Amino acid sequence: MKVEISKMLQKKKKQIIDLWMKNQLADENLREDLMSNDDLREQSEELVDVLLQNLNENNITNVDSEEFEAIYEILGGISISRARQGFSPRETANFVFSLKDALLQVIQQDYKNDPMELYNVSMKISRLIDSFGVVTFETYLKGREEVILRQTDEIAEISTPVIRVWDGILALPIIGTLDSARTQVVMENLLQQIVDTGSSIAILDISGVPAVDSLVAQHLIKTVSATRLMGAECIISGIRPEIAQTVVHLGIDLSNITTKSTLASALKFAFTMLQLEVRKKQVYTGIANKI
Amino acid sequence: MDKIPILKMGHYLLVTIQIDLYDRLALNLEADLVQMVSKTDARGVLIDISAVSIVDSFMGRIITNIANMSKIMDAETVVVGMQPAVAITLIELGLPLTGVHTALNVERGMELLKKKILVDDSETDDDGQDDSDSPE
Amino acid sequence: MTPKLMTMAKMIVTVLNKDRMAVVREQDVVLFRNRVKEYATKIGMGLVNQTKLITAASELVRNMLRYANGGETLIEVVSQGRENGIRLTFTDKGPGIPNIEQAMKDGFSTGRSLGLGLPGTKRLVSEFDIKSIVGKGTTVTITKWKNG
Repeated sequence: MKVEISKMLQKKKKQIIDLWMKNQLADENLREDLMSNDDLREQSEELVDVLLQNLNENNITNVDSEEFEAIYEILGGISISRARQGFSPRETANFVFSLKDALLQVIQQDYKNDPMELYNVSMKISRLIDSFGVVTFETYLKGREEVILRQTDEIAEISTPVIRVWDGILALPIIGTLDSARTQVVMENLLQQIVDTGSSIAILDISGVPAVDSLVAQHLIKTVSATRLMGAECIISGIRPEIAQTVVHLGIDLSNITTKSTLASALKFAFTMLQLEVRKKQVYTGIANKI
Repeated sequence: MDKIPILKMGHYLLVTIQIDLYDRLALNLEADLVQMVSKTDARGVLIDISAVSIVDSFMGRIITNIANMSKIMDAETVVVGMQPAVAITLIELGLPLTGVHTALNVERGMELLKKKILVDDSETDDDGQDDSDSPE
Repeated sequence: MTPKLMTMAKMIVTVLNKDRMAVVREQDVVLFRNRVKEYATKIGMGLVNQTKLITAASELVRNMLRYANGGETLIEVVSQGRENGIRLTFTDKGPGIPNIEQAMKDGFSTGRSLGLGLPGTKRLVSEFDIKSIVGKGTTVTITKWKNG
């Protein structure tokens, strides 16, 4: 008597789910903090349900079968949500691979008298679950990538504010590492603001930049040159002693750029360029104080 | 054939480039402008490129040429109104247009020209040669 | 689309639209640039990236006119995963470049230009590929991704 494997599994659905749950709950890495056991059971049941519904004798050896689309969809959904919830790759992969153990246990009981057939069926199941595992992993990574991309966009947006400190003077504090993508955003924002406000001086403050290597210096020089092409002057401020040291040690030439140690001195320099004067208000307390 | 008009305003020449230049047109502009500088004895050249959306290395070279040629003929050149995208592209391309003066807009460009020429004149004055052609 | 198909699409560059244009006169440069701009606008490319792409295209088309008396251009709208982009191919039957490695270095030029042609152009785009056979001609392919 040779029962179809898919039919056999369908009959033992309850047993498979129980075994799988037992496997998962026995795992010492179970993340009860991220997901309750009830939710886990619900997820597991849904997956087994759809798997057994769609599994038949023909597609068990064909992982690309269209009948598996529903399963891939569920797997994708599960792994993306796990990626966002903060599950580790191992935990996410183990979710699928522990199903394999449960299935193999069931098969073993059923075919214990036919080692040859047991081997064949085990191989088929093994391959199928492996391919599920790959999909899980791919979607998991995709989920993580999406998280990273979203954060990158957010950081790029919030990290380049252009401040109008005076009529005709813009300041742009840069916080964090300056890579080429960031330089692009900084340049675009700065140049557009120069046009919009008609400012002729821009101060780029790098006190918040952790380190200046030759690449970062190159990005700074590019920004200054682009500002000059627009007809505005660009001052770099916030040069800390460590930065001055590395710049000189690396042999980076910043001689064509106006650099100041603090934003305050840069602002003062900008005032001079615009022929502005900021003075303390004179208080006439007596003849002695009069100039 | 198309021609880029060159306007004379006092001691200055004004050029507004309103279309994307093809090579011949740009080369003609270079030649015409140098001719005009000589003919009108202009002291300053102002080129407005606010309507130009693309400046490639060829156009960049024409601009640098005009500035350098005018300079030898004792006229300053200011390029005004470069669009941000054009400036970023030129820097990435490796063309910082060294030696060309720039300003945000026509108004600022004129101020810059006046300042440059005044400085030049005071220098000439220091040499003791009074230039009767000087502006103002 | 299933997750499986999505991951497959991510690796494959698909061509969504093609347009061929011959460039033989210098007036064609502006026409070609406008055509590229049209496509770049259509896929929603930002102004700065558009300007970079068109400037790169302009450099390459000029090279083609200067060294090979013109050639063929191909404009393609391509997509890779979620990213859309423009791919431009420039094919000429000119003398070819004997030493590509040298031509890709800053400061090298055989013509009257400033010698910034190829390396500068490469910096403006996301992907740059050049093939040249001496005596047969040169093919340059550049791709600019919408957000690249």
